[in-house]
Amino acid sequence: MHEMALCEGIIGIVEEEARKRSFAKVNVVCLEIGALSHVAPEAMKFCFEAVAAQTIARGARLEIVETPGRAWCMACSRSVEIKQRYEPCPCCGGYQLQVTGGEEMRVRELEVD
Amino acid sequence: MLDCGANPAGQEIAGMSSERIIQVERDILGKNDRLAADNRARFHADEVLAFNLVSSPGAGKTSLLVRAVSELKDSFPIGVIEGDQQTSNDAERIRATGVAAIQVNTGKGCHLDAAMVGQAYDRLPWLNGGILFIENVGNLVCPAAFDLGEACKIVVFSTTEGEDKPLKYPDMFAAASLMLINKIDLAPVLDFDLARTVEYARRVNPGIEVMTVSARTGEGFSAFYAWIRKRWAKAKRAEMAMQG
Repeated sequence: MHEMALCEGIIGIVEEEARKRSFAKVNVVCLEIGALSHVAPEAMKFCFEAVAAQTIARGARLEIVETPGRAWCMACSRSVEIKQRYEPCPCCGGYQLQVTGGEEMRVRELEVD
Repeated sequence: MLDCGANPAGQEIAGMSSERIIQVERDILGKNDRLAADNRARFHADEVLAFNLVSSPGAGKTSLLVRAVSELKDSFPIGVIEGDQQTSNDAERIRATGVAAIQVNTGKGCHLDAAMVGQAYDRLPWLNGGILFIENVGNLVCPAAFDLGEACKIVVFSTTEGEDKPLKYPDMFAAASLMLINKIDLAPVLDFDLARTVEYARRVNPGIEVMTVSARTGEGFSAFYAWIRKRWAKAKRAEMAMQG
């Protein structure tokens, strides 16, 4: 359950932002999670509630924006979209793919009071 | 099939309201990545080549390391950081070879992180120009996400596991530079399909290097050592080029 550790990272960021930008309550935490990142969004939501309980983010809603997985197909010499790492190129069916996007795990924005 | 990996979250966008919205744009693993960069700088300063060994539980990482450090310790200063949830059994097995080892118990944690490795490295003797092996917690999922400052990840896969493991746990095989296929001495008994395993691994990582070894018999280790020496020489050359 590395989602637990990731949620602790999110709370750390929220608390730092709260000190820097002076807010006392967080209503929404918006994440950007790549389709090829190391995160299961449902597990993330489950863990977030538990980790946030005693912090400034208590009760905050977690929203997740998923960004698509992208790869460069060496055979086709073009950028393609993939949903999983083991997927073949949708154009040529080959596996000569270099992942170029969709690995992000970021806190995008916060809705605060 | 219950596909818990699918994303049911959909394409939600944070609702626009009268509340204040703060743009943050920060990596969730930013803190770990900063500490990993610190570790990397320290390894670089000490001219230490660090490998992060990852695998499922029971693939034979420790047996493989016991053999490797015994056979390499006359050529390089070597240190080992052992990660497990509990016990110091693995560090004791390494120390029995005469090589320094620090055990990190992660407790409930399922992976090593950069802070743990930094603290463990403090406790090792100076590895000036040597090799650091970090044996991660046996787990093919979580350790993939956490950079420790290593030069590269080595994934240890054993012939007793299914050939399709690289497809089942693609993140880890995508993150590794080398796949060591251990327990190759058992392959004939198991009807192990080497070609299929390699094909699956290269589907998720076309550039992954592959070697077959047996920690029990020593088969394949000379090729593994040649690979390490090559990496070491390459790091050394890069170092000298930087110093001008």
